[in-house]
Amino acid sequence: MDGNPSTKNSQIKMDKWSTTVRFAGDSGDGMQLTGGRLTFEAAISGMGLATFPDYPAEIRAPAGTTFGVSSFQVRFGEGLIASSGDHADILVAMNPAALKMNIKEVIPGGLIIIDNGSFNDRGIRKAGYSNNPIEDNSLSGMQLISADISNLTIEAVKDFGLGQKDGIRCRNMWTLGLILWLFSKNTKQTEDWLIKKFGKDNILTKANIAALKAGSAYAENTEISNDILRKEVPQAKPLPGKWRAITGAEAIAFGLATGANHANLKMTLCSYPITPASPIMHYLANYEIENIGIYQAEDEIAACCAAIGVSYAGGLGVTSSSGPGISLKTEAIGLAISVELPLIIVNSQRAGPSTGLPTRAEQSDLMQAIYGRHGEAPLVVLAPKSPADCFNISHKAIKIAIKYMTPVMILSDAYLTNASEPWLIPDIEKIEKFPAKFANFIENYQPFERDPKTLARKWVKPGTKGMEHRIGGLEKDSISGNISYDPDNHAKMTNLRNQKIQNIEKEFSDIPINGLDNGDILLIGWGSTNGPISEVKELLKNENIKISHIQLNCLWPLSSKLKEIITKFKSTIVIEMNDGQLYNLLRTEIAPKANSITQVSGKPFRVSYLKEKILNILKDGI
Amino acid sequence: MGINEKPAQLKPNDYASDQEVRWCPGCGDYAILNAVKRTLADHQADKANTVFVSGIGCSSRLPYYMSTYGFHTIHGRAPAFATGIKITNPELDVWVITGDGDSLSIGGNHFIHLFRRNLNCQILLFNNEIYGLTKGQASPASRTGTISPSTPKGSLESPLSACELALSSGATFVARGVDTAIKQLVPTLSKAKEHSGTALVEIFQNCIVYNDNVFNSFTEKSAAIERQIHLENGKPMLFGEDNTKGLSLSADHSKLEVIDLKINKKEESKILIHDESNKIIAYLLSQMNQSTMPIALGVLYSTEKPTLDSYYTHRIEEHKNKISNIMEKGQTWTI
Repeated sequence: MDGNPSTKNSQIKMDKWSTTVRFAGDSGDGMQLTGGRLTFEAAISGMGLATFPDYPAEIRAPAGTTFGVSSFQVRFGEGLIASSGDHADILVAMNPAALKMNIKEVIPGGLIIIDNGSFNDRGIRKAGYSNNPIEDNSLSGMQLISADISNLTIEAVKDFGLGQKDGIRCRNMWTLGLILWLFSKNTKQTEDWLIKKFGKDNILTKANIAALKAGSAYAENTEISNDILRKEVPQAKPLPGKWRAITGAEAIAFGLATGANHANLKMTLCSYPITPASPIMHYLANYEIENIGIYQAEDEIAACCAAIGVSYAGGLGVTSSSGPGISLKTEAIGLAISVELPLIIVNSQRAGPSTGLPTRAEQSDLMQAIYGRHGEAPLVVLAPKSPADCFNISHKAIKIAIKYMTPVMILSDAYLTNASEPWLIPDIEKIEKFPAKFANFIENYQPFERDPKTLARKWVKPGTKGMEHRIGGLEKDSISGNISYDPDNHAKMTNLRNQKIQNIEKEFSDIPINGLDNGDILLIGWGSTNGPISEVKELLKNENIKISHIQLNCLWPLSSKLKEIITKFKSTIVIEMNDGQLYNLLRTEIAPKANSITQVSGKPFRVSYLKEKILNILKDGI
Repeated sequence: MGINEKPAQLKPNDYASDQEVRWCPGCGDYAILNAVKRTLADHQADKANTVFVSGIGCSSRLPYYMSTYGFHTIHGRAPAFATGIKITNPELDVWVITGDGDSLSIGGNHFIHLFRRNLNCQILLFNNEIYGLTKGQASPASRTGTISPSTPKGSLESPLSACELALSSGATFVARGVDTAIKQLVPTLSKAKEHSGTALVEIFQNCIVYNDNVFNSFTEKSAAIERQIHLENGKPMLFGEDNTKGLSLSADHSKLEVIDLKINKKEESKILIHDESNKIIAYLLSQMNQSTMPIALGVLYSTEKPTLDSYYTHRIEEHKNKISNIMEKGQTWTI
């Protein structure tokens, strides 16, 4: 499911209205939190929404500098909201650096809310402005709310004895109060949330509520709504049930835990700290779910090896990392392929090469995932298409790993990890269960004898009497598993390992086509680009272009259905956040005449960018 | 099996797999393999419950020759696999088999963290001071000046001491043995098996092809009596012909010294009584200069500390949350 409530209606109304709000400030200003609150307010109104948290790799860079700016963009509204918005309608800038770094993200005529209390000479200089941008007309054409938010906040909280430094930290709540008022939302939900967070009698609760109310009152009293985007919040009609907002990292944690539960396995996530993958480890560490544990290893390699050890001993081993860490795990993944044990590897991709852009998303690890090991070492590679889809894919990855006795890699990315969307909390009892089967004593047991259908070998727990055997990374006899240097046996084993993975294609033969199953253009995406690609497809369809879209969940093995689908379109365009890796793969394997649209900026695609590129390809003739 | 019938006693060779052993004839690994099988037989160890985990190198082929469970993994990483195995099933008796290149070089990081965590397992380090399987390059345990294919003019680096490294990493059991001295090695392996926590046994192992006789100064029959001290907990640290030599602490307490009782009988009271729990003395024992002092064998150090696997298992048992409850925790809304 998309996790987008309003897309459940058969009639998708395109962009009936939507608003994109971007909060920007210093890393310590609480922008992620403020954005998260507005997200929740939008979500409980039943609106579709998508978010884009964007934060620097530095934890808390010097205050007021451009490289310390953190931002959170949320787009919500009625209609198809699959991407977090090309541009912001509203920008909240807590200081000059935040303004400088984000002004180009705002639509012409958009609303800018500025804390002019922070626009002093020092702050302006630090941001690299020569003049005060509020005064030098550089914001002309924009709507501006310039208020001394710092001072107004301090005034609002002065009765609580917080002191200037702590008092000013309530600025984000003041700003949120103002924004909520702009959207005709009261502050009740956020007040409740603050009480729950800090406790009813906590001075922080009181101060933050006072700031929140002051911001809301300020908006009301100065009647700023009259000439500014004040949009009523309509009710959409999502599916009935219990909803929550979910990030990709949370959904992966839930999906893995549910999958392990449905496999009747104890699971250990073995990991090593790395941006942006660590949240998955943190969530699982804190959930304290029965039979689910985490193990923080001494390095990335150890994390992967320990995870394989977990599976060897009859648990479910999971390891999670990002680019540099995945590179380090490569040799161990090869061993898991060779000894044919289940293993889940989660790669929250970030922009590379090397350390690259640790907090920014890219899809440039696809080739590494499919081919990046020594020897013929086939691996299942799956990619979730939205934060909510991370749940489904993680769950399915476990089913595949144990059914076929194989490692499975999940390609998430920095965007999916942090972005959130509404999620209908599933009844996990109603989701497919797949209890793991361990072999008990078998007369004349042969460790590499295979199931004729799946080609999977048996999973035997150490401790099982009479089944003692040895496995390892040396080539194994195709039946006994004993070391074998026989040339024919190696050829046979290479073929068996490959065939086993190819068979998994059947598990992903259902490729949903967004649009008609034939036409002029087929857009192919994978992973987190689903949002902008679905939106551009709708836009172009409304311009009478015969266009459809598929978002691949399974990147390896490639489905044989894919070729059938592609042949029914005059032209294929592969869209991805790398230099054309899936494009190259499809050209080799399936679609020699495909076109490619790529972007490697570390940011999600803009719908407008995609539209322009697609129209250019159309112009050149399909 | 009848109700009064005792289960058949397992003999050392019952722990052998059907695979042909492929070490070089005369390799010290054969003796160690025999000592391991004898140790298991002495304990009547349950084959199904025993797992040998190894890295890469000559020593790491050992699991293939055992009739227990075995996992031949990748270079240097056996401790990490062992950790995953033990936290999943702490009941398994896990033996990590490694060499000096495997554990002190490529796997150095895992080696030290194993001790810090005190995973309940045995780690047998076959130290031949050379890379054997790759044809004889100097290893981190090779003595300075070792001539090898990669160091034709002699190696430049100082050797690492596995026991010192283990002690400083928080090891709770550190012991040493000699490959062919099976009489001493078996009881040492036995104590390692009984120890709760990570038990390191460094075994001086002769590589007949690439580093032959490197330990001769203390392993040769004629030298052994004067050059080896076999430690026994609670007993004086004596060695030499008729136990006429002993170890004492130097006046400045910085090192151990030899007292020759034949010359200096009145110093006898200064001879140290081996106390396995004394970490400082264990350090000094592991640091003894091989040119002037005997080599310390047996259990240098042993202490009790909770193990990672028991901690981990306990923590998981405390995890009581249901997935659906966690998913519904926090802010939700109902439509």
